[in-house]
Amino acid sequence: MSEFLEFENVSKSFGAIRAVDGVSFSVKRGEFFSLLGPSGCGKTTLLRIVAGFEQPDAGRVRLDGQDLTDLPPHQRPVNTVFQSYALFPHLSVRENIAFGLRVAGRPRREIREEVDKMLRLIRMEDQAHKKPAQISGGQKQRVAVARALINRPRVLLLDEPLAALDLKLRQHMLLELDLIHDEVGITFLYVTHDQTEAMSVSDRIAVMNGGRVEQIGTPTEVYEAPRSSFVAAFIGDTNFFDGVVTALEDHDYCRLSIQGLPDVLCYNDKQNQPGDPVHLIVRPEKFRISPEPPPADPRRNTLEGVVEDVIYMGNHTRYWVRLDGHRLAVFQQHRRFMLDEKPIRWNDRVWLSWDANDGYMLERYNVSDERLVQRPPDVLTTTKST
Amino acid sequence: MKTAPSSVREPPARRPDRWRSHEWIVTLPSLGWLLALFIAPTLIVFSIAFKPADLFGGVGPGWTLDTLRSLGNPNYPAIVWRTLWLSLATTAVCLLVGIPCGYYLARAPIRWRNTLVMLTVVPFWTSFLVRIFAWKHLLHPEGPVRRVLTALGLCDSAATLLYNPGAVLLVMIYTYLPFAILPIYAAAEKFDYQLIEAATDLGATRWRAFRSVFLPGIRVAIFTAVLVVFIPCLGSFVIPDVVGGPSAEMIGNKIAQRAFSDRNLPHAAALSALLTLAVLAPLIVAWGARNRSGRRAVPVQEAS
Repeated sequence: MSEFLEFENVSKSFGAIRAVDGVSFSVKRGEFFSLLGPSGCGKTTLLRIVAGFEQPDAGRVRLDGQDLTDLPPHQRPVNTVFQSYALFPHLSVRENIAFGLRVAGRPRREIREEVDKMLRLIRMEDQAHKKPAQISGGQKQRVAVARALINRPRVLLLDEPLAALDLKLRQHMLLELDLIHDEVGITFLYVTHDQTEAMSVSDRIAVMNGGRVEQIGTPTEVYEAPRSSFVAAFIGDTNFFDGVVTALEDHDYCRLSIQGLPDVLCYNDKQNQPGDPVHLIVRPEKFRISPEPPPADPRRNTLEGVVEDVIYMGNHTRYWVRLDGHRLAVFQQHRRFMLDEKPIRWNDRVWLSWDANDGYMLERYNVSDERLVQRPPDVLTTTKST
Repeated sequence: MKTAPSSVREPPARRPDRWRSHEWIVTLPSLGWLLALFIAPTLIVFSIAFKPADLFGGVGPGWTLDTLRSLGNPNYPAIVWRTLWLSLATTAVCLLVGIPCGYYLARAPIRWRNTLVMLTVVPFWTSFLVRIFAWKHLLHPEGPVRRVLTALGLCDSAATLLYNPGAVLLVMIYTYLPFAILPIYAAAEKFDYQLIEAATDLGATRWRAFRSVFLPGIRVAIFTAVLVVFIPCLGSFVIPDVVGGPSAEMIGNKIAQRAFSDRNLPHAAALSALLTLAVLAPLIVAWGARNRSGRRAVPVQEAS
């Protein structure tokens, strides 16, 4: 497989803080690759190391076999789209886009043609004479992309390029970026803390936490098969269960004993043996919630609980269900709501069921990660139930 | 489906014209101040230049062009030229030293910065005159600078450090450098240094980024520094008087001489008017140029 942009044991500290801690992975040619993580996880530092703005304390960065680590920023075949855009305020849109080519000393005619091409790509031909202060946030963002792309970088580095935009525009620009990526075929390294952004456009995602890479995979892999409790909790919503394997069933399945719950069946891709402690996650939307007991199915697990809170979200409803020692989040879409689906209310007795294949066992678990999952505070629910 | 954006937000519309048309009322107090304390005195000085001098150092009755004719004094062109080049050289050196100083002050670690700015300003705590006389002592043939230079063999015993245009230049640079550093520091501190990163990212060397992004970014401060150094230089009179001597006279000295020794006020007034016009002319040209480029920078908004 072509390993295009390679990180080998890259570390960087700022004072006592290890911003990047021995990171090794590689990005493929032409990939839309995202670095996803909470603020302070080292994703921006890693990007700045590729750009040459930061020197790693240890490790190498290679691009297509060429060692970039000791090159100054202006000699690297990469370009950056900054979070604040960093457009030159004294230059017009056209001059901003032309900056890289002008510095490279390319002939005037060629610069004009290339800039025209870029202005067409970002559809801003009629705004070329304006100064950055005279255009909107979304337009600035597009100029920043064009200014970087015109140099035909081998990798385009994007540092939270949409963070300064409002939600609608963000969704829109995301699609634009994806389109531009398809059109120019350049490798994108995209830094974001927004999981929906990363999920919707990336070919692969590296989830970072505390300066380390927790997991690298396609959006489906990191969502459906998170390896650690951090990934499970940071991307999407999750219910955690601690249990012990009690028996193996049908080669691929195992039975788990979880405190306060009846035994549950789970797909055993980790080859766990009886007696092994495991950490199981079930995504809230994998549950089926019903006011009546579901029909018996040996592949499905069923639990019984009491509804503690209901939040109607339009396209789905969120329920918080209290079981013995557990509070579970359940997201369910509606089918013919208000016609033949009986509404579920506070304090209703309900049955939850999920397919044994929808539970997933984590490789690494850290109890502090459970705090990343949002839950309504307990105070609220006690006042409601009285 | 992926589609192109149909609309993007435009910057907010300008304020209504009705409000703008009343804005001038707000400027009345400062306009009055300017009129009473700058424009009126200047016009008085200008008018004195057309009056005859009387025997007692005052201004006589009637009008005359004699004073203007006497400006044809063959000594004046050399003095005007010296005044101009000394002021220009001082301004140039102050910028050359002030820009890097301002840059490094702004980039210094925050705990050092205030101390360094303090050190820039601290000479002002001593009287200007005392500092000029201190320079006279330093550069004196028996002074420490001269002795050290001679001991090192860097200057022969016949050379004089004092009473020449070089000494005036040195002391003027010393005097006006802080005035250049401070506005540049203030602008450099507010400058967004990510723009430098962006420039180097786009292939510019550090020097190119400094030239193409940093300098245009602080151009207003550079303009200010030029004004606050060049204009006082043109009118300086104490510095050439104390360390300059006759071979380094500037227009300021001539004005003082005409006013205090010759007691010829109209002549002094004519020279002052000349100096004022020399200062105002480039300012008016610069102001006009700025206005024209300013209008070009705000084009009509087009519908998109």
